[in-house]
Amino acid sequence: MKERIGVYICHCGGNISDYVDVEELGRMFHKEDGVVVSKDVMFACADSNQKEMIEDIKNFNLDAIVVASCSPKLHLHTFRNVASRGGLNPNNYVQVNVREQCSWPHSDNPREATVKAAGLIRAGIKRVAHSQALDNIELTVKKSALVVGAGVSGMKAAIDLARTGNEVYLVEKDFFVGGHIVQQETLFTTGENSKEIVSKLFKEIKSYRNITLFTGATIEKVSGSLGNFHIDIKIRPRYINTKADYDLVVKALNECPVYVEDEFNLGLKKRGAIYKNYPDAMPNIPAVNLEVLQSSPEAMLQYANIIDLNQQEELLSFIVGGVLVTTGFDSYIPNSGEYGYKSSPYVLTLPEFNRLTELSSNKLVFQNREIKSVAYIYCVGSRQSKGENRYCSRSCCTSAIFSSLNIKEKYKDITSYHLYRDIRTYGKQEILYEKSSNLGDIYIKFEEKEPPVVEYNGKTNVIKVKDYLSAKMELEIEADMVVLVTGMVSRKESVQISEKFKIPIGSDRFFNEIHPKLKPVETVIKGVYIGGCCQGPKNISESVQSSLSAAAKINALLKSGTISIDPVIAVIDENVCTWCGKCEKVCDYTAIKEIDKDGKRVALVNRAICTGCGICAPVCPVNAIEIAQYTDLEIESMIDGFIQKIEMEVKEETTEVQQESESAKMKEYPQLWKDIIQNIGESKKTIPQLSEELTCKSEIVTYNLMTMNKYGIITADGMDEDEAYYYYKVKNR
Amino acid sequence: MSNENFKPKILVFSTDKISDPGIDQAGLRKLHYSPAVYVISLPCSSGIKPKWILHAFKRGFDGVFIAADGHECSFSPKCEEHTNRIIEESQELMKASNISPKRIRMAAICSVCAEPFANHMDNFTKILIGLGDISLENNQVQNS
Repeated sequence: MKERIGVYICHCGGNISDYVDVEELGRMFHKEDGVVVSKDVMFACADSNQKEMIEDIKNFNLDAIVVASCSPKLHLHTFRNVASRGGLNPNNYVQVNVREQCSWPHSDNPREATVKAAGLIRAGIKRVAHSQALDNIELTVKKSALVVGAGVSGMKAAIDLARTGNEVYLVEKDFFVGGHIVQQETLFTTGENSKEIVSKLFKEIKSYRNITLFTGATIEKVSGSLGNFHIDIKIRPRYINTKADYDLVVKALNECPVYVEDEFNLGLKKRGAIYKNYPDAMPNIPAVNLEVLQSSPEAMLQYANIIDLNQQEELLSFIVGGVLVTTGFDSYIPNSGEYGYKSSPYVLTLPEFNRLTELSSNKLVFQNREIKSVAYIYCVGSRQSKGENRYCSRSCCTSAIFSSLNIKEKYKDITSYHLYRDIRTYGKQEILYEKSSNLGDIYIKFEEKEPPVVEYNGKTNVIKVKDYLSAKMELEIEADMVVLVTGMVSRKESVQISEKFKIPIGSDRFFNEIHPKLKPVETVIKGVYIGGCCQGPKNISESVQSSLSAAAKINALLKSGTISIDPVIAVIDENVCTWCGKCEKVCDYTAIKEIDKDGKRVALVNRAICTGCGICAPVCPVNAIEIAQYTDLEIESMIDGFIQKIEMEVKEETTEVQQESESAKMKEYPQLWKDIIQNIGESKKTIPQLSEELTCKSEIVTYNLMTMNKYGIITADGMDEDEAYYYYKVKNR
Repeated sequence: MSNENFKPKILVFSTDKISDPGIDQAGLRKLHYSPAVYVISLPCSSGIKPKWILHAFKRGFDGVFIAADGHECSFSPKCEEHTNRIIEESQELMKASNISPKRIRMAAICSVCAEPFANHMDNFTKILIGLGDISLENNQVQNS
């Protein structure tokens, strides 16, 4: 129990004190049990105040501190550092949010806002009184990383991780690297050849001795935790004799007479049982579909000297400090009959159509028909208000328009109809939409509730659609080919990957980051990051951006060799625990296991794995589990603090005169105010001038000038020549 | 119940990463809601103990609102399921203490759900005014 607590209540300029009687609260908490110091301060985060807090901790021998100011999202770490610098454990500090959750939302009722602030601060004092001095969990971190998936995102991330000296293991399920991008011939916006990009990246990967690439490999088992993940992988054999004559291998690759379905070309053609995805696919070693090849004893005999039947599945293990998952996406496969897919001829998905156009040279021919008109139906498998995929797949509008432009250029005289719900060619991609419109592509808007109907009349596909931009006029369009613009779905292997790494999956079945804006590549599993489309639909640029950002995070993690993590984890009271296994069952991260403790079966928490989510705590029938920093005592004492009656004189509102006199009471101005005063000197300056001369963002200058103006430190003095900005001059002091 | 000055006290359990930023944003945008709303932020709504909820009612809170992460929970895809179970268990405890189960509510509040949060607080305040002061609902509930 802490009994020498320091309480600091911040005016935040006037953001808090305009509505909350901060001075009265400062006086009131002087009398509170356990409180030794209670002060109202102009800016709690100012350097001068931080120094004063540190002095107070030492001079008054404080054992805990409370700062009532802004949201902990802004300054929790600032004041934890203050506590540390003063010699306290950072966990003996509590931040009370009296700005975002009190003075601002209750600015309409200053009296009630002050009463609420008192309750919030009292709860903070009670909580800190029960706070424990917890040490951060220190872990050693192996200077190596695993990247799962060698698409463009994974390859770029692996290179970045290797560049900073880490050992990198790049694991790809397929026998060849590149992922989805090599299935598209050229890429927007640069028009580059996708295969050349992948070849370039592969060459770069090979130039790093600290990258080990495994193809045909899958993750079998993951154990350990942040800093020391133990990874087991399984590598499937290629069955090509590595000592065989290369010319013979190339000959077999080109002439193999045993054919199988070509997965890379999405079933549009057959390929040999000895194969590469495409001629330049990397690594430059073909793979053998042995099961199929063995169906032909002649072929087996013919290629006996290049095939090595002794190759077996290989199991490999290694340890890594951090993991980046870039497993990408699957394309949505329409159901049979969905817009005529598989039920009418000449209906393909966009990825299939892209393969067809790459495989067709002078003429665009499919099933013996030359294609002269194409109808694209958008949002197939995306934005389903009643289906599973409610999200927009982001990249398909651009991809469809880009394909439409490409085939127009490649084959000439192609008519394109775009049946869309909304065109989402955001950013630079809008240029494509404009170009396509200028080239005469026809855009017809439909609504989800009345989707187009595709029928085959024996000669051609007829698409019936209501044009919502022409008073729902019913149109019938004849098109040689219908292309279903399909979106992205989560990889079918995502569930297995999620089970192995314990990455949470969202309702859209993609991997979940911690926070879409503030922690966009981190998962709740410490040390496991996600990048690219495995977390949701993205275009190539966005995928690479996210994977590189994750690589930077991993670099930072691996750099020091050790990591210190917050001690917010589940804590078991072994005296109370009677081991029923409910906590183990409910934990998604396998952080809890049963152990023998002096002859008693109890639960043990793996400190490195536990995420501190607290799911295990309410399921314990004997209440043996608490989450550090969220103990029963802390939470229940906060509730008591909120509800305790407040005995205080609350002024109705603060007056302007009082506000002006605030400046005189300030012990010291914030540094930026001093800089502004010095910069203005005897002259007068505008906000842009101050912003430039002080190299400070204009909004920060504006905000501070407004507060300084309110306190009568500066005043406006006419406008500049363009009458765009006010001049400000120093008023007094 | 007929007291015109009755301002129901609401305890909100929010989550550090998702709903608390949403509640902060309501403040940032100066959206007004009842000043008798107090927030405790936790890592995840699945970690709320029913005994805390009962403690809040016994100490005099008129309502408990769980600002959950819903589908956005970064810890568990089963977060809603867990939180629902906690509410059901809490309601059992509440019934045993003669507290109306209507005094507990849950909604998913995302990190930008400023207006939905303020609206939920307004609506819940009205509901609780209808239910009346908890200290009058049942004498047994008063400070135990």
